[in-house]
Order: sequence, then C-alpha cells, then structure tokens
Amino acid sequence: MTSRRRSWVGWQFTGPFMVVFALVFLAPVAYSSYLSVFRTRLVGGTTFVGLDNYTQALSDPQFWAAFGRVALFLAVQVPIMLFLALLVALAIDSGRLHGTAFFRISVFLPYAVPAVVATLMWGFMYGTRFGLVGNLNTTLGLSLPDPLSPDLILASIGNIVTWEFVGYNMLILYSALRVVDPALYEAAEIDGAGQFRTITAIKLPALRGPLLIATIFSIIGSFQLFNEPSILETLAPNSISTYYTPNLYAYSLSFSGQQYNYAATVAIVMGLITMLVAYLVQLRGMRRLG
Amino acid sequence: MAAPTLAESPARANRRRRTPLRRRSARRGKSRTLTVVTSLVLVYTLLPLVWLVINSTKTQDGLFRSFGLWLDSDFALFGNIVDTFTYDGGVFTRWLLNTVLYVIAGAGGATLLAALGGYGLAKFDFPGKKAVFAVVLGAVAVPGTALAVPTFLMFSRLGLTNTPWAIIIPSLVSPFGLYLMWTFATDAVPDELLESARIDGAGEFRTFFSIAMPLLAPGTVTVLLFNVVATWNNYFLPLIMLKDPDWYPLTLGLNAWNEQAGTAGGEAVFNLVITGSLLTIVPLVTAFLLLQRYWQSGLTAGGVKA
Repeated sequence: MTSRRRSWVGWQFTGPFMVVFALVFLAPVAYSSYLSVFRTRLVGGTTFVGLDNYTQALSDPQFWAAFGRVALFLAVQVPIMLFLALLVALAIDSGRLHGTAFFRISVFLPYAVPAVVATLMWGFMYGTRFGLVGNLNTTLGLSLPDPLSPDLILASIGNIVTWEFVGYNMLILYSALRVVDPALYEAAEIDGAGQFRTITAIKLPALRGPLLIATIFSIIGSFQLFNEPSILETLAPNSISTYYTPNLYAYSLSFSGQQYNYAATVAIVMGLITMLVAYLVQLRGMRRLG
Repeated sequence: MAAPTLAESPARANRRRRTPLRRRSARRGKSRTLTVVTSLVLVYTLLPLVWLVINSTKTQDGLFRSFGLWLDSDFALFGNIVDTFTYDGGVFTRWLLNTVLYVIAGAGGATLLAALGGYGLAKFDFPGKKAVFAVVLGAVAVPGTALAVPTFLMFSRLGLTNTPWAIIIPSLVSPFGLYLMWTFATDAVPDELLESARIDGAGEFRTFFSIAMPLLAPGTVTVLLFNVVATWNNYFLPLIMLKDPDWYPLTLGLNAWNEQAGTAGGEAVFNLVITGSLLTIVPLVTAFLLLQRYWQSGLTAGGVKA
C-alpha cells in the first residue's frame, strides 16, 4: 500500500480523540490511584498511608455485603436475560414469525428508554398504592407480596435491568446470526437436518463469540449497578441502604461522607475485581471457542 | 455502554444479505405457535410502555382511583402536557433544552472525534499507533465506577463542576465509537481513492471531508445514534457533577420531581413525572423507528453496541 508511509500525519486525525481520552480516562485513573494511598483526618490533615485504605476495604463488611449482592445479581439475572435474548434472537432469525420486523423493533425498544424512566415506570407499577400490584390485589382479591419489600427488591431490580437490556442483547445475537453463511444451512438441509439440529450444529456455535462478549459486558454492568437502586431508594427507602451496591457505596462515601480517599479505594478495588472476573470469563470462553 | 461483536466487513455483509436467506424461510412457512409464544416476550417489553401512555392521561387523583391499565373517567393528557411544560416556572422546558445541548455538543462531538480517530487508525501508519490501540481497548474494561469520583474531584479543582462542560467533556469520548469507525473505515474507504486525491494535490483534511466522509456515512449514523442514546439517557454523570437544577438534563429533573413527593412539604406531582417520562422517551423512540434501516445495517456491518 503506497499510502501507508509511516509519518506523523495520522496523529492529526487520531490526536484530538486521544487528548480528550487522556483527560477523561487516563487522568482520573491516575488521580484515583494517587488518592487511594492518602488519608485525610480532621486533625493532622492529609497523610500518606500506603496501602492502609486497601486493607480497610478488604475487611469492610459493608463493602463485602454490597459485593455479595451484585455477585448474586450477576449469577441469577445475567443468565436469565441472555437466555431470553437467545430464544428471541433464534425465533426472529428462524423467519417463521408473523411480523418479524415488528417483533425485532418492539423487543429492542426498551433500550431507547433512559434508566431513570424505566425505573420510575416499573417502580410505580410495583407500587401498592396506584401500581399494578395494588390494582391486582384489590380487583382480584389477591395478596401479592410487595415487590419493593427488602426481600424482593433485588429480584425487582433484576426484572428492570432484564427489561432494559434483553432487546439489546437479542439484537447483538441476531446480528451475528444474520451473517452466518447461508451455504451452511443449505448443506444442512440437503443432509436432512431438522430445525433443532440446525440450531445446535450451526447457529449456537456461531453465537459463541457474541455470547461471550454479551456476558462480559453484562458482568461489567452488574458490578457497576447504580442507577436502578439509586432511583428506587425514593420509592422504597427501607429496602435500599446507602451501601446497597459497591458503586452506591462509593457514591455515598464521597458525596454524603466526604471520604474521598476511601471512596476512590473502593472504586479501584471494585474496578480490579471486575477486570479480573471479565478476564477469567474471557479466558474460559476463548478456550472453549478454540 | 458499547461493545464490538463481530468485525464483518460491510461489503461482505451486503453480499451475504442478498443470498437466499429469504427464500429459505419463505419455503419453511410461518408458524402460528412460535408467533404466539414469542408474543409473550412482546407483552413483557411493551407492557410498561403501554402503562406509561395510559397513565399519562390521568390526573393526580385519577392515578389513585382508576385501574392501572385502563383509562380514568377524567382524560387529562393535554392538561398534563401543558402542566409539565409550565410547572415550576417552565423548568421542564429548560431541562429539555439542556438535554438537547448536551446531546448536540456531547454526542455530536463524540461522533466527530470517533470518525476522525477511526479514520486515522485505519488509513495511516504513525508512531505510537499500537500504543493508542492498547490503551483504548484496555480502557473499555475499566468500569465507570472507578472513574466517577476522581473525575468529579478533578473537575471541581478545574472549576468545571456545575457547568455544562462537566457533562459535555466526558461525553466526548466513546471508545466503541472509535472501534466501530476504525473497522468501518478500513473497508469502506479504498486506499487508491485517497492516493489519487493526494496526487491531485488535495490536503489531508480536505480529502477526509470531501472523499472519506460520504463513504463513512452509514457507520457514522450508527455511532451517532448510539452516542445520542447514551447522552440523552445519562444519569450518573450529571447526578455527580450538577447541583444547580438549572443545568439538569431531563433524567435528573424527572427524578427530582419524583423525590419531591417524599420531602416534607413537597407537592406530589406523579402525573407530571409520568407525563414528563413519556415526553422524554418520545424523541428517541421516534428516532429509532425512523432510522431503523441505518442502525440495523450498521450493527450487522460493524457490530457495535453502544
């Protein structure tokens, strides 16, 4: 390629992105690492404390309680959501639905709804006052449990997140199915493979890569859980503590508690755990892919 | 949030789309059972939206006395819309304009930076290119959590918190936008075309805007649409950065209205929260419906989730 002379010209194009990237990505990472090795006290001011904040975080019961909740969330909600997304993607790709295009867009639509609106809608519907749950209880004489009670709130949040992202994951999987070489299907048909066999032998293998990526991003999303519990706090103040998720904990530490150094440490620890888990999942997934 | 899925070249994807997928499915025929079963998922995804539309027609009292999925005797949709825009000195209008500002500057800027940067990575060889690639890909794995607090502290030192800049500047970076534009530009802009433009004496930027930009249009629309969603729906960043309600975007404003009912002496305005929510999602839902052809082909071509 004659145009690929090695020169600085490319920086004219990539440079602007990198400048902003350095300001909003690299600088905060460096700054939070710096913050995490200091501690500010009312008496004595800011002092260097080495890894003390990290030891504190690793033995902090509130941090681990928060971590436990998002880990449980991850273990239950993500498989349900991805399985549902997979079923819908296969159904739409089969071409056997009446009104395929309508299905595709309708299932995807919640993605365009902001987390705030999604949470408020579901929160109101969960409500026993003018929500659907309350309606059903009065109309049908049922006594459905309150979805906003402490026992059920995590499941209720899981439902909101599933609703928001099932269509998005469906579209990722569906896009991957669209580019499967049709010659494979024809060969399968000639060999007399039924639909079920086509799915297990051709479609599922083609979806492994996209499923792996969807899983990794769902892991990151679960560990970062913040918007939904934070907004539901108003509707269910008794069910959601200030340290309900690690992200909410870091937020409360810095904005209600002014403990910026410790908040930065909690965020870094959570970031490292997330990267580690995502990396391990990727490693496992890649081995199976190969 | 965004993720690359498959790096299928647009040309290849196009070629395949013309292959006998359609014929095959037509031959197999439609299935009523499958349609009915899949419709259950449809009910699930559409139910809250239907609930929202129905309940935006109710007054505050109507919400409490009527069944959630049926109309109240008092049809108040238009009254609600007027009230939403005029309540509290028309602050909703202000939030709407703020959101539009953040979207135009943030999402627009992010798309431009991603298009320029992706083109640079795809079509030039320059010192440090490998490092750019490694750093940006690595950053994608860093959870936003780790960045929020330090970004706030940094911006507050710089005096940027509580100003629109605190929202716009972080919105300008979309690593996945960069990734998509890079894969897209590699195939969509032929090297020979650029070379002949150079021989004709066109400058690099002129070549980019007059020759490469039109070829990059489908990828750019996809990246723009997903950046718009991310910015329009942003909640965490403004929550941290903004104290002054005059700079709130719609998401933060709606939440503030909802919280108002719980504060001492605060007026409960659930009807306005619901109508405001409906008004907030209408523009994006419309954009997705109208631009279906673009983003669906963009997704298949470059494989992006933003």
